[in-house]
Amino acid sequence: MTDVVREGVFFLNGKDFDNAGVASSEIKAILEQMGVDRSIIRRVAIASFEAEMNTIIYAPAGILRYKITSDFIKVEFDDVGPGIEDIDLAMKEGYSTAPDYIRDMGFGSGMGLPNIKKNTDVLKISSQPGVGTNVKFIINLKIDETS
Amino acid sequence: MKLHEIVDNLSLEVKTTSSNLTKEVTGGYVSDLLSDVIANCHEGNIWVTFQTHQNIIAVATLRELSGIIIVNNKIPDPETLKKAEEKSIPIMVTPLPAFEIVGRLYALGLRCR
Repeated sequence: MTDVVREGVFFLNGKDFDNAGVASSEIKAILEQMGVDRSIIRRVAIASFEAEMNTIIYAPAGILRYKITSDFIKVEFDDVGPGIEDIDLAMKEGYSTAPDYIRDMGFGSGMGLPNIKKNTDVLKISSQPGVGTNVKFIINLKIDETS
Repeated sequence: MKLHEIVDNLSLEVKTTSSNLTKEVTGGYVSDLLSDVIANCHEGNIWVTFQTHQNIIAVATLRELSGIIIVNNKIPDPETLKKAEEKSIPIMVTPLPAFEIVGRLYALGLRCR
C-alpha cells in the first residue's frame, strides 16, 4: 500500500477561461509544500495545465481528480466533451481541431497532447466520440537515479 | 539582470502596480503559442508576446516567469491585469513589435535560457 499524501477533485467548466489554470496552480503549490524537486514540479505543471486547458477548450464540463503519494502523482481528467476520433492522430505534433478563436488565443497549436506525453511517465487516453474523453497520467515524484 | 533595469533601458510602461521589479531576469522567451511557452521557457525568463488575455498569467505563474512584455501597443485585458496583480506577475507594454524588443533584450545580454 502506498501512502496517500493528498487527493482532491476540481470541477472544470467549458470555456471558463477565468478559472483556467487554477487546478494546475493548486497542485503545483501542494508539490512545492512537499518539497518535490523543481524539475519534477515543472513536468507536473506542464502536463496538468495542458490537460486542464484541453478540457476547458473542448468539453462543456469535466472533472479533474488527483492523488499524490510520496512516490508519484496521478491526475485523471474525465470530460463529457466531443471525444477524440483518432487518438494517434491527436498525439501528432501540430494536429489540432481547435476553432480559429481558440487559435487566436495561442491555444490549439497541436502541442498539448505531445507536451503531456513528453512530461509524464505513464499516459493513458481513452475516448468515445460523442461521449467524452478520459486522460490519466502518472508522474514519478522521485528522481530516477539510474536514468 | 534586474527587471527594473530592463524597464528603464527599453522604456517599457509598467501596467501593474504591485509588481516586484527587483526580480532577477534569467533570460527571455518570445512566442504567442501558450503550449510553446509553457514547455520551452525557463524559470525567471521575461516573456515577449502579442497575447493580452488572462491565461498568459496562468502560464507565467506555473513557470515562474519574471514578467511579461506585451508588444505592438496591445492593451492587456482588465482581467489579465487583475490576475497579474493577484499573482505578482509584472506586465509591461511597448509600442515596439516583438522583433525590436527581442533584439534589444538580446543586446542587453539576455539569452534564451
